[in-house]
Amino acid sequence: MGGLTLFDAAVAPSDGALSVWQVTQRARQLVEAGFPRVWVRGEVTGFKAYRSGHWYFTLRDRRAQVRCVMWRSDNERVAGPLDEGLEVFAEAQPTVWEERGEFRLTVRQVIPTSVGGAWQLRLEQAKAALARDGLLDPARKRPLPRFPQRIALVTSFDGAALRDIVAVARRRWPAVELVVVPTRVQGETAEAELCVALGVVNRLDVDLVIVGRGGGSREDLWAFNSERVARAVAAVRAPTISAVGHETDVALTDLVADVRAPTPSAAAETAIPDREALAALVHGLARRLAAGLTGRVELGAQRLDRTGDRLSAVLGARVERARARVDAAEAALQALSPLRVLARGYAVARDPEGRVLRRVAQFLPDRPFRLTVADGDVPARVEDRT
Amino acid sequence: MSEPSFQEALERLEAIVRELERTDVDLDRALALFEDGVRQLQVARGLLAKGDAQVKKVLQQADGTLATDDLDV
Repeated sequence: MGGLTLFDAAVAPSDGALSVWQVTQRARQLVEAGFPRVWVRGEVTGFKAYRSGHWYFTLRDRRAQVRCVMWRSDNERVAGPLDEGLEVFAEAQPTVWEERGEFRLTVRQVIPTSVGGAWQLRLEQAKAALARDGLLDPARKRPLPRFPQRIALVTSFDGAALRDIVAVARRRWPAVELVVVPTRVQGETAEAELCVALGVVNRLDVDLVIVGRGGGSREDLWAFNSERVARAVAAVRAPTISAVGHETDVALTDLVADVRAPTPSAAAETAIPDREALAALVHGLARRLAAGLTGRVELGAQRLDRTGDRLSAVLGARVERARARVDAAEAALQALSPLRVLARGYAVARDPEGRVLRRVAQFLPDRPFRLTVADGDVPARVEDRT
Repeated sequence: MSEPSFQEALERLEAIVRELERTDVDLDRALALFEDGVRQLQVARGLLAKGDAQVKKVLQQADGTLATDDLDV
């Protein structure tokens, strides 16, 4: 609190007395500097919502009470006015209201203790701890791989999550490999098992991780709100999708993972590309590939055409079917019919090294070359250049 | 994971098509590109046509090593 004392001589007026406002102002500074934001448990009494939208009430327990204010910007997130006698956890900044010289709490959020409030309190505290360590920073979010080959699933063997994800994978893109790292997802051991499983994931060669489970009660899903599990998710090297089947609540792992999915099926839909869309993409590229070559070959064919007379002797030579350099691609070639130009009767001549022969001078007597025609290659040889 | 991935094949194919669509590409080069493109197409189509998704399970042994096994789902 260095140097900040109530009776600092420097601020005392000439008559040696402080003004009232000076005292309350200093008191506020002292309280705020020395008393960080806290969670307070107490009962609401004397609640009043002002026309300004701000809320004023008192929190009390059996031994004490304290005045509270909750600004409109904060209370807008609360479902409704606080009932008399409601027990709440309040996240609050202790302060002094200078004008009244009154100690009070500036309340930022309230959680009723009755409806799982204790859990929510722990959740809020864990969230704050994760935020302090930068684990909730949006800049941490990594993009998912376009085409994951191996996906690790951190979930239970017997849950619906696993079956759902496998079903989606089989429908969308069966080439993907799924690696299940089993763990209990509810019960006392779930937290520890999830942490171990997430550690195992880092020893696997996978390019995506889905951690999650199917829907359940708030209690069932609790392991996914554990700070330890959230930190284990944050430590996974591969991009992560958190998929905890719950329609309303967001789990802690959802906040830490790179992507949040509402259900395991949705996670799989997000992660695994759709085969039909990919097939269309590949088909489009195949057409462009064929068109690209056809265009280029046509150019070459025009040149060959100009020397066609001289080549006729060559073309008349012994023709023999042979494996072509492009044989490996034959099936695809037929599917694409890319050499339509050749089908019209043109041929491409290449030397044994595969270089295209484009000038008469390149056809040397007795030197073998290959002619690529519509349905394959033929070995050829110049016998007579006259 | 040494076999070419779909991503590699697709990215190579995209690069090939872009180069092939340029008019100044040499005919030798065009044929070589085309042949490479067809190979990439075969890889991509092969992966697209692949059968049932493989599902495996990984279990940590008592000694800390990992064991992988097929899983029927």
